Amino acid sequence: MTFLAKPKIHHPSLPVNALGFTRRDYEGPVSTLCAGCGHDSISAAVIQAFFELAVPPHRVAKLSGIGCSSKTPTYFLGQSHGFNTVHGRMPSVLTGANLANRSLLYLGVSGDGDSASIGLGQFAHLMRRNVDMTYLVENNGVYGLTKGQFSATADKGSRSKRGAANDDEPIDLVMMALTLGASYVARGFSGDKDQLVPLIVGAVRHKGAALIDVVSPCVAFNNHPGSTKSYDYVRAHNEAVNRLDFMPERAPITTSQAPGETRDIVMHDGSTMRLKRLDAEYDPSDKVGAMAYLESHRARGVVVTGLLYVAENASDMHDALQTVDAPLNQLPDAELVPGSAALAGINASLR
Amino acid sequence: MNPTDITQPEYFHKVVDCQWACPAHTPVPEYIRLIAQGRYDDAYLINWKSNVFPGILGRTCDRPCEPACRRVRVEVGSPEHRKAGAKPEPVAICRLKRVAADYKSDVRARLPKPAARMNGKRVALVGGGPASLTVARDLAPHGYHCVVFDADPKAGGMMRTQIPKFRLPDRVIDEECGYVLDLGIEFRGGTRIDSMAKLLGEGYDAVFVGSGAPRGRDLDMPGRKEAARHIHIGIDWLSSVSFGHTTSIGRRVVVLGGGNTAMDCCRSARRLGGEKVDVVVRSGFDEMKASPWEKEDAQHEGIPIHNFLVPKAFLHEGGRLIGITFDRVAAKYDAKGRRELVPTGEPEVRFDCDDVLVAVGQENAFPWIERDLGIAFDRWGMPVVDKVTMASTRPGVFFGGDAAFGPKNIIWAVAHGHDAAISIDRHCRGEDVAKRPPPTFLVTSQKMGIHEWSYDNAITSDRRYRVPLKDTVIALKDIRQEVELGFDAKLAFAEAQRCLNCDVQTVFTDKLCIECDACVDICPMDCITFTANGDEADLRARLRAPAANLAQDLYVSGALASRRVMAKDEDVCLHCGLCAERCPTGAWDMKKSFIEMSHCGDTPRIRLPKRESAGIAAEAAE
Repeated sequence: MTFLAKPKIHHPSLPVNALGFTRRDYEGPVSTLCAGCGHDSISAAVIQAFFELAVPPHRVAKLSGIGCSSKTPTYFLGQSHGFNTVHGRMPSVLTGANLANRSLLYLGVSGDGDSASIGLGQFAHLMRRNVDMTYLVENNGVYGLTKGQFSATADKGSRSKRGAANDDEPIDLVMMALTLGASYVARGFSGDKDQLVPLIVGAVRHKGAALIDVVSPCVAFNNHPGSTKSYDYVRAHNEAVNRLDFMPERAPITTSQAPGETRDIVMHDGSTMRLKRLDAEYDPSDKVGAMAYLESHRARGVVVTGLLYVAENASDMHDALQTVDAPLNQLPDAELVPGSAALAGINASLR
Repeated sequence: MNPTDITQPEYFHKVVDCQWACPAHTPVPEYIRLIAQGRYDDAYLINWKSNVFPGILGRTCDRPCEPACRRVRVEVGSPEHRKAGAKPEPVAICRLKRVAADYKSDVRARLPKPAARMNGKRVALVGGGPASLTVARDLAPHGYHCVVFDADPKAGGMMRTQIPKFRLPDRVIDEECGYVLDLGIEFRGGTRIDSMAKLLGEGYDAVFVGSGAPRGRDLDMPGRKEAARHIHIGIDWLSSVSFGHTTSIGRRVVVLGGGNTAMDCCRSARRLGGEKVDVVVRSGFDEMKASPWEKEDAQHEGIPIHNFLVPKAFLHEGGRLIGITFDRVAAKYDAKGRRELVPTGEPEVRFDCDDVLVAVGQENAFPWIERDLGIAFDRWGMPVVDKVTMASTRPGVFFGGDAAFGPKNIIWAVAHGHDAAISIDRHCRGEDVAKRPPPTFLVTSQKMGIHEWSYDNAITSDRRYRVPLKDTVIALKDIRQEVELGFDAKLAFAEAQRCLNCDVQTVFTDKLCIECDACVDICPMDCITFTANGDEADLRARLRAPAANLAQDLYVSGALASRRVMAKDEDVCLHCGLCAERCPTGAWDMKKSFIEMSHCGDTPRIRLPKRESAGIAAEAAE
């Protein structure tokens, strides 16, 4: 842990976004995680993504559960709303918050323990309801706060720092999210921000549940030979299927690239996301193909990263429930409390 | 790019901008830390070793270190400074030096002693100013018999004669010249050397010429002769004031010239009865040669500076000066960017005055050096002097200070003196003077514990503190009344904390790096980038923040596991050590690079950490 506050001074040429903020304005206090933790890189990627999105910080709600990962929202978006829930309960609290106020951008931050063990049920239901949010899993495969036991996402056969092998099958949150109906599913690596930042930008812009499973090495307990979530292992086995890029709105689309190399996806806010295909056979709109691809590569020990699945024109929970457009805190009393006559009418209709 | 070689002192030395810019290469951050710790004696001695006259320089130095100070570039990016609309300013290095001199205890016991045994070599030093005294100080403890000649009765040279007492009191000059003369140096005051041939005939083993640039330039204009009684050459007048020969001046005074001498003239005139003192310069205000702070000091005392006025004639009546006329000019730049002052055609400007001080430059004069001695002079009448060894074309004769390359300043004179002393020593031993000793270069980790460093790495956002001044009304009454009061201990501490400790270097060991990006994420200035290698121009453009300042180096590592390299732009690094604090493997460490120039007789010490990878353990074992 660092005791020093990061100086407010920044590079003289640091750019500002459309709101006049620098990247530094999206930071939080200095991290108290172990030096070298992958989670800190993810925090830096979140900061960069929200800077690029030029989001007014007070329009973001960041919710998390318990764990190293769930501490991180403190270290970014210091001007945004935050909520640390009970262990594994971030999805239900976030769902409730989203129902009450749909005008905020929701960022759920969780870890492999928080989402794949104690919160697995909550994770599943958030995905199947397609709550409009960005779900970041900071996945290091160990319980860092309790000194490095295997978590539910640790690969079978990987070894702990003390040499013990993991005998259990891993839970693959990406695969689960796909089967449960998430409409934006990606995997990133904390050590590759060039890839991760656009994935976060895309997830924030996406309407519906967007999962990004970020492999994030634990320097204290899971960064040794034999681990499948170490910096070295992931670098050696990482296979990116595509790269994301964002087009300014209404920018002319250049056709310099060979057909099939890129694919433009129009987001619901009208902006365009350009996918540069690195593997020509990979089609992120084909869910079944994606699942087969992921499974076959997993069997070979390859960590597939990139935007793995995206459903264009996805709908979300509010569409399904046909809720009002306005956040509840903006509805006048007359609409929120229609009175006993309206209640009697509803009751009568159900008799 | 090839990996940066940090085993050579030059690389880290360049990072310490102040020290690199200082002609004598004083280890600035080292003494500033000592001042912050209240260790004034130690701070003074570091200075004394390097620049011989800390108390004098702490009041009068031309401070090339301050414009170079990294703090200026850093404050450009400080949100607090921008909000306050403040001008980025360097650490007050010069005035902190004075603090060490002001608050030290009696340091005489820690200074070198006169040589116990003389080595039989005799060295003559012409002129008793900073250059000669430096040479004498470096040589005397090694047994050289140094004889310093000066036309004035007391040692100090221009420091005593040309710098007004309200900037530099006599007691400071007496003290610091005394430390040098106490080393067993023979000072022959009131002795002007009129013939080099005669001096050489006296059998000295070496001769050093540190006679300064004693001749003030005159201004030949109509009326010069007629009004001569009221037209004074700046440096001569200052020297006459300094010795108490001149104690008054007319009510209205015009000072011609825009250098530091002009500033000293106008401020002195203000104290000797000049009620209306005006400085008039040919060029624009911004192009004046005077240091910005000296211009500020003059203006603070109610002296206006008029620019773009070229003097035309002295007006006189019956041998009495009544005024000066000027042509108004404007600066025009030709295609090559050369400036020309073109008359605007406006009516001439007239300043009524009773006295004029001409401070339009100084010249060297060597009428006393015969031209048949093998000492070559160039076509401007300047001696041909080697820039490194200070040797003239005649073996055994050396030059330094203003006498070598024309008017500069005290700190350059000191630097020349050190170089000349090394040469004289080698010459007297029959060794090749071209061979120079390397500097002392010690690299030491500052790590004390997991997040503990042996220096204050927190960055303050304080703005530069002003040196308290004596009330102008009181200050103007007495020309011997020192204007600047100097920092008190509290202000000195606060100002010292503005220093970024640029000598505490960020040292990177590529073998230890796991490329976790922790340093990249924490660096407040975006100095660090991990990227594919390339040539320098290409790398500079690809860093997290463009490295546009070409005067500042890139620190590039060897190839890492991912085949990328670490590239760090030294330009605006805060030396806060956060990269090292957030590094999980100790690939980054904060190591102090102590670099000290070797002077005559020094044995340079060199210590590089032996095993980079073992971190603290290896250094503790050393």
